Amino acid sequence: MLPLKNKFALAAAGCATGAVNGIFGGGGGMIVVPLLTAVGKKPPLVAHATAILVILPVSLASAVVYLWSGQFDAELFIAVSLGVLAGGGAGAKLLGSITPAAATVIFAAVMFAAGIKMIV
Amino acid sequence: MRFLVYLIAGIAGGVLGGMGMGGGTVLIPILTVFCGVPQHLAQSVNLLSFLPMAAISLRIHKNNGLLDTKGILWMILPATVLSVLGGVFVQNISGGALRAGFGVFLCVLSLYQFATGIRSMLPKRKKAADN
Repeated sequence: MLPLKNKFALAAAGCATGAVNGIFGGGGGMIVVPLLTAVGKKPPLVAHATAILVILPVSLASAVVYLWSGQFDAELFIAVSLGVLAGGGAGAKLLGSITPAAATVIFAAVMFAAGIKMIV
Repeated sequence: MRFLVYLIAGIAGGVLGGMGMGGGTVLIPILTVFCGVPQHLAQSVNLLSFLPMAAISLRIHKNNGLLDTKGILWMILPATVLSVLGGVFVQNISGGALRAGFGVFLCVLSLYQFATGIRSMLPKRKKAADN
């Protein structure tokens, strides 16, 4: 059994993850991975894999809310899903051939620029 | 034509997501900034397109013995409740306000990723300097 303190930490983290995932329609996994490592004491690879298991029912629940509110476009959904499936496999393979740290820094800069563009 | 643009956006989001960057948050700015998809709809499609991808990845991870379910219900239950509340909350928020909020979220996330990337580069440099 986990100590009570850790259960509270996981539950609090779960609240933050759920709120972010529901409000922004994604990104909850970014919070889950470091917390599973820090509080759940799971090794990095296991934390990454298990984070998907945590975020799947959460995403499903918020997806139902969005659908209920009529946020659906069949063409958009089919095209994007096919693309994500194809790109996801390619991305996982690419991961081995580049230096992750350098890519992460460059990618973070691009994300920051996109964020600014969305605020302005 | 529309289908092709969305397909390419999905591939771009999938490649970056598959490399473990952005955790699904990449697809939303690609769709809104470059393809003109409304913010709420982009968030909805991001959630939906994640589901089949996640199901496939989970099967692979399970076979590789990478899943450790100990204690995760403590996260999943409150997260599921809050995600429904969060989803209900934003349905009454204007697309412009949600887009700006998402922009702030993206900036915070990118600063965090930037720090992680720099931190993982530092020990390597130190070792190289020692040699």
